[in-house]
Amino acid sequence: MNIQDAQVGLGGIQFFGKMAASISHEIKNVLAIINENAGLLEDICFMAERGKPIDPARLKRLSGSVKDQIRRADHIMTVMNRFAHSVDEASVSIDVSEVVELLVSLSARFVAMRGVVLEVGKSAGPVAITTCPFALLNLLWLCLDYVLTVVGPGKAIELLAEKTGDGVWFRFCKLDNMETGAAPPFPAEREIALGQALHAQILRDPAAGEVRVLLAQRRDA
Amino acid sequence: MQVLLVDDEEELVTALAERLSLRGIEALWATSAEEALRFLERRSFDLAVLDVKIPKIDGLQLKKQMQAMRPGMKFIFVTGHGSDRDFQTGVAEVGADYYLVKPLKIEDLIAKMKEVLES
Repeated sequence: MNIQDAQVGLGGIQFFGKMAASISHEIKNVLAIINENAGLLEDICFMAERGKPIDPARLKRLSGSVKDQIRRADHIMTVMNRFAHSVDEASVSIDVSEVVELLVSLSARFVAMRGVVLEVGKSAGPVAITTCPFALLNLLWLCLDYVLTVVGPGKAIELLAEKTGDGVWFRFCKLDNMETGAAPPFPAEREIALGQALHAQILRDPAAGEVRVLLAQRRDA
Repeated sequence: MQVLLVDDEEELVTALAERLSLRGIEALWATSAEEALRFLERRSFDLAVLDVKIPKIDGLQLKKQMQAMRPGMKFIFVTGHGSDRDFQTGVAEVGADYYLVKPLKIEDLIAKMKEVLES
């Protein structure tokens, strides 16, 4: 294994771990809400046993809240499942909009914690490309993480995926203060190693307020 | 006892505030750092229960800002971190006596509140 492969491999494990930890944190929040609602139901029963009438509308609201949290947990686990299966194949044809959607779902908590709004631009239609889905997600996450650091809280940014030739542009746009904001060097070693593994170019364009990834179709597929 | 609950999960803090009020503890809630600081501009609390991770700012930074406004206020941190290692990291950051892990047991929270206020 060469150094680049090792970087990509270790970075991939770190990425997987970071996302898994975030998902477990989200599930903990869901459980905490269900726990408090169950506790409230117990409190209401306790008071009813002592003669205080039960308000049916109140019970409906509480059961509705529990159902909402179950739906939320189901969505989180669906995302986790899709993410877990992204490692199944090293090279496969994918619709890039699905990768973008998965990235947005996985990163939602990180984006919210940084006080940023991430919008997804509309694509003209399905864009298929043959690539390694997990490595692509990892690279796009590293770009997004950098972008979140650069723009700072209170900003809205946009992610676009566009077909070009037989490849795809992923564009992180509306990055207002790229030239003035304090940020780490980019692309750094990990991004470069992943970019080489994916045959992708990573471009930082402060004048346009964009970070772009050009992903070429894999010829070894 | 007057308590401010701060967590970006609104359904969590509203249910928790109601359960505390049923036990004779006056609890108000905020779902952002800005909202919490606006509360402190208007009134004081004995204690704040802060989520370690809230949008735009971490709980420790928020604690510092709140302490600057209300120096006598006490704090308990709450987190969704799941593992023992995460818990130990959190303990190291904020101090073991002021740290609880979600989902909370209301009895544990109230016991911790009393302990912190008596310390």
